[in-house]
Amino acid sequence: MAYNPASRKIYSDQLDELRNAGIFKEERAICAPQDSEIEVEFPIGSQKKKVINMCSNNYLGLSSHPEVIKAAHLGLDKRGYGMSSVRFICGTQDIHKELERKLTQFLGTEDTILFPSCMDANAGVFEAVLTEQDVMIADRLVHASIIDGMRLCKAQNDSFKHSDMEHLEQKLQLHQDKRLRIVITDGAFSMDGDLAKLDKIVELAEKYNSMVFIDDSHATGYIGKTGRGTQEYFGVVGKIDIITTTLGKALGGASGGCVSGRKEIVEMCRQRARPYLFSNTVAPVIVEGALRVLEIISASTERRDKLEQNTIFWRKSLTEAGFIIKEGETSIVPVMLFNAKLSQDMAKDLYNEGIYAVGFFFPVVPKGQARIRTQLSAAHERHHLEKALDAFVKIGRKYDILGKTKQEIIDKYGL
Amino acid sequence: MESVKDLVLNYVKNEYLEEGDDRVIEYDTPLISGGIVDSFSMVSLLVFLETKFNIKIPDSKATPEAFDSVNNIVALLKEFNVN
Repeated sequence: MAYNPASRKIYSDQLDELRNAGIFKEERAICAPQDSEIEVEFPIGSQKKKVINMCSNNYLGLSSHPEVIKAAHLGLDKRGYGMSSVRFICGTQDIHKELERKLTQFLGTEDTILFPSCMDANAGVFEAVLTEQDVMIADRLVHASIIDGMRLCKAQNDSFKHSDMEHLEQKLQLHQDKRLRIVITDGAFSMDGDLAKLDKIVELAEKYNSMVFIDDSHATGYIGKTGRGTQEYFGVVGKIDIITTTLGKALGGASGGCVSGRKEIVEMCRQRARPYLFSNTVAPVIVEGALRVLEIISASTERRDKLEQNTIFWRKSLTEAGFIIKEGETSIVPVMLFNAKLSQDMAKDLYNEGIYAVGFFFPVVPKGQARIRTQLSAAHERHHLEKALDAFVKIGRKYDILGKTKQEIIDKYGL
Repeated sequence: MESVKDLVLNYVKNEYLEEGDDRVIEYDTPLISGGIVDSFSMVSLLVFLETKFNIKIPDSKATPEAFDSVNNIVALLKEFNVN
């Protein structure tokens, strides 16, 4: 047998290394639909606990919305459970085309192509549209899926310091000899909660004849006055050449993603993007759910407005309580703790207080920048946030970090 | 005139240290194995060297080991008669 005791030992040793380094990830079982209050089993098998969820990407609170569930049921009844095919053989239904049209309208682009996930969209898009004659210039904090996509592409890659426009300009100047240039950035950065300076990026791209790519997964649906994303926030709708985004966060939270943008680029993805060509079509149930989500958020900005109010309240309350948070415009609010163990200990104590939030540390974030990342939702009511705040303050006092500077926290807990 | 060694050192500092990053980079500081430059953004360094010194470094020479310190990079450049 090839998988002999020696093979097994290689893997068990690697897993032990992860455990010893304190970076072994354990799953928690949620015994309820996704919502602001959920029942959780952690560790799995232990008694269920009701907690306030401060760590989901359910920004608009639509993941378990009755109308979305109803639409998904309808999709199941009308178009079945699965298609047992990739899109180009016998996996494209009328509703797939309809969702692509609706996403195009919503994002204000020329055309859209669905992918099984935004991870797949990012993994496939660069290789489909760029060659070794081109260059990709990426912000250094882009999502891991973009880095994977860039690795699969033959174009030269380069990077610029996070949101450093001067550095980006130097890179654009350096690569003027290439056939195509493309600036690549997240619209909203998932770990820091800040937005790319998209107005400046577009300005530089126009000056140096470059295309612009954004992954707007953490912004689509709620950033901008009508939730069209980072491009709306910065007034550059129609000027972003490629947008990738997800249906797995604000837009219902199930799964699925897309590439939206210039029609020729979208068509190239249909012809060449490998994750699109070689994986199954998005299930009808998800397509119908997403169509209903788009109707809901196009008809009213009520949900994104509520989320905005929740975010303002949460950012202000944490700051007034004496926590150090990362400034930003999004509903991702990182509470900075700097020390990895402190982030884990505080997250555990918060859980015991009925607040579910996760501590992140190296290698997910840079060394010395450990944090608890909190995320707001339109599903949160004020009483949820007040309870969460009380718990944060209680635990913050326990560890004596309230009102302390970064240096004081580092002096007390180390890096 | 700035030596090749200092030119490379200054480039690495400006290119890879973010504002507020107080790590010290010297000629023998491990860049890649030390986590200052990841293998992905190593390309910036390659493009800089090729453009600055008007040389073409083949993939077989542009290894993480060859780029792992300013001293290593200077040794690599010598192979291309850059002194």
